[in-house]
Amino acid sequence: MLRRTIPMLILAASGILLVVAYFSPFTTSWSETVLGWFNVLAAVAFVLGAGNLLAVNLELVSARRAGWAYALITLLSFAAMFVFGLFKIGVVPNPDHPNVYFAGDYESSQSAFGWVYEYIFSPLTSTMFALLAFYVASAAFRAFRAKNIEAILLLSTAFIVLIAQTAGGMFLTGWIPEDSMFAFLRFDWMKVGITEYIQTAGMRAITIGIALGIAATSLRLILGLDKSYLSKN
Amino acid sequence: MMNALALRWAFRTMAAAMLSANAGALAMPPAPTNVVATDRPGDGGGAVMLQWTAPAPSEVKEARIERSATAAELKASAPNSAAWISVASAPTLAGEGLGFEITDLPPSAANKSSTDQLVFRVAFLGTDGEMSAFTDSNTVVGVANIFLAKKLGLAVSLVLVCGSVILWILLARAGRSVKIRRIAALDAVDEAIGRATEMGRPVLFVPGIQDMTDIQTVAGVTILGRVAKTAAEYDATLEVPTCRSIVMSACRDTVQAAHFGAGRPETYREANINYITDEQFGYVAYVAGRMVREKPAACFYMGAFYAESLVLAENGNAVGAIQIAGTAEPSQLPFFVAACDYTLIGEEFLAASAYLSGERDQLGSIKGQDLGKLIAVMVILVGCVLATVAAFAPEGASARASAAFQNFLGG
Repeated sequence: MLRRTIPMLILAASGILLVVAYFSPFTTSWSETVLGWFNVLAAVAFVLGAGNLLAVNLELVSARRAGWAYALITLLSFAAMFVFGLFKIGVVPNPDHPNVYFAGDYESSQSAFGWVYEYIFSPLTSTMFALLAFYVASAAFRAFRAKNIEAILLLSTAFIVLIAQTAGGMFLTGWIPEDSMFAFLRFDWMKVGITEYIQTAGMRAITIGIALGIAATSLRLILGLDKSYLSKN
Repeated sequence: MMNALALRWAFRTMAAAMLSANAGALAMPPAPTNVVATDRPGDGGGAVMLQWTAPAPSEVKEARIERSATAAELKASAPNSAAWISVASAPTLAGEGLGFEITDLPPSAANKSSTDQLVFRVAFLGTDGEMSAFTDSNTVVGVANIFLAKKLGLAVSLVLVCGSVILWILLARAGRSVKIRRIAALDAVDEAIGRATEMGRPVLFVPGIQDMTDIQTVAGVTILGRVAKTAAEYDATLEVPTCRSIVMSACRDTVQAAHFGAGRPETYREANINYITDEQFGYVAYVAGRMVREKPAACFYMGAFYAESLVLAENGNAVGAIQIAGTAEPSQLPFFVAACDYTLIGEEFLAASAYLSGERDQLGSIKGQDLGKLIAVMVILVGCVLATVAAFAPEGASARASAAFQNFLGG
């Protein structure tokens, strides 16, 4: 009973308080203070997360389940970065305190931690991000198949915006004088019309809906109508 | 003799005329009068309104404003430094009406509990570059008010929206019919989980990559409750990889509660809800790899997503999963629409939990949200009409009304 009632009361009280606090100069900064508390909580919870990561991967390795080699790499990487960061291996001494080993910056690229981050982790992250280009192409291929009127409209709009972004747009319609009555046929003009008026109007409509949705969702949580996030035992 | 006298008289007259003309050219502009400094009402204490009476614009070019240095500034500055600090140059007529707003106050005076007394002085710069004498204002203290007036529009909007939501919750409780249109994406939840159960494959739920401080994550976790309940009833395996430790903890509580709700507490598996990493693409690599290896039959993406949205959705598509996505990130919606079977767009996503619950109170809150939308439409229409009329008559009352309306709404 208390495990559900107390969190609900805390949520309701803090929710109402922070909404009201936003409107007074004396209390505006309260939200930042609360965010600071949350960060403390998140730091503690991070231990829970790291423990879970270790437990899951150790179990995979010990049981030799499918993909146990990946789990082993994860565990070794975790241990290595933990040691590099905690013991500041290879850090450059801090000029202000040259005799104090632990005063050096562990994130500098000369340190083991910084080196791994800079030359192993960052390239891996960039590689994952670069894959996006292929996914965009495959998704666009499916989305732009002219199956019905809506799909044809989508395809035409995408074609205009895409070609206007390239030199092809200027090559095909750049000869139409900007001050003529046919200037609206220029691809660059059409692109501006689509992105700045049609797209912006649509995006704003979605954004207003989202803002109202956020208000209603917050209110449901504050009033205790939605309790699905709470444990039952 | 007469000629010499006449010549001397003519010379004197000419010299007097030349002197008076010269004196006219070097005349100083008139000094400002009625210089009054007042605290700006409804602010946090960091602004002062300065009013003065201006002469005809043809006589002066602009107003120069200075303020007295505070005790802290005098202490910090070099000896013999000026006791007056230049604050701003303003159009001559800026001091008329409500006055000229000065926000550039020293930190000690802009402080909410400050008692620093400031004096302002104003001089006019003539059209020929001559400066008038300064006229001092009264002393003024920037006082912080309890309510920020510039947020009045937001406060009114909040009261209207929350009021309409609460009103509809009460109406729904009183028995008023609450009809919500069908949302195909949410109707497909049972179908997707049923398919996964029949195929003997897991259900994957991704609650976004943000922490519990993001309302989208909260909305995603509440939807997870409904998905987990159905999965528990169907005895399907539900996997929830998370990107934040606290989200993992919240998801575990939610899924456990759902299993209790479904009367199947024994089927709850804590190990299926894992923390992976806080790093965006590290998380994506794990989830995408898991999709390819385990081939889930149903994938749910509910929460805050960024560049990873398409990577996840395309991988899910490649393994043939039924995919239902929901996010309030407008820039990611096109990717989900292109790659998923169903997408909850913005407010649909935020209303999903209430819709799935089927409870009258929660459905009433969605109706209240619609009423808020109606109010927003009316505000937009009024704003459009005012702005259009103001464009045709920039000096008229409609322009002032348009500016006041914009100002009220925080524009």
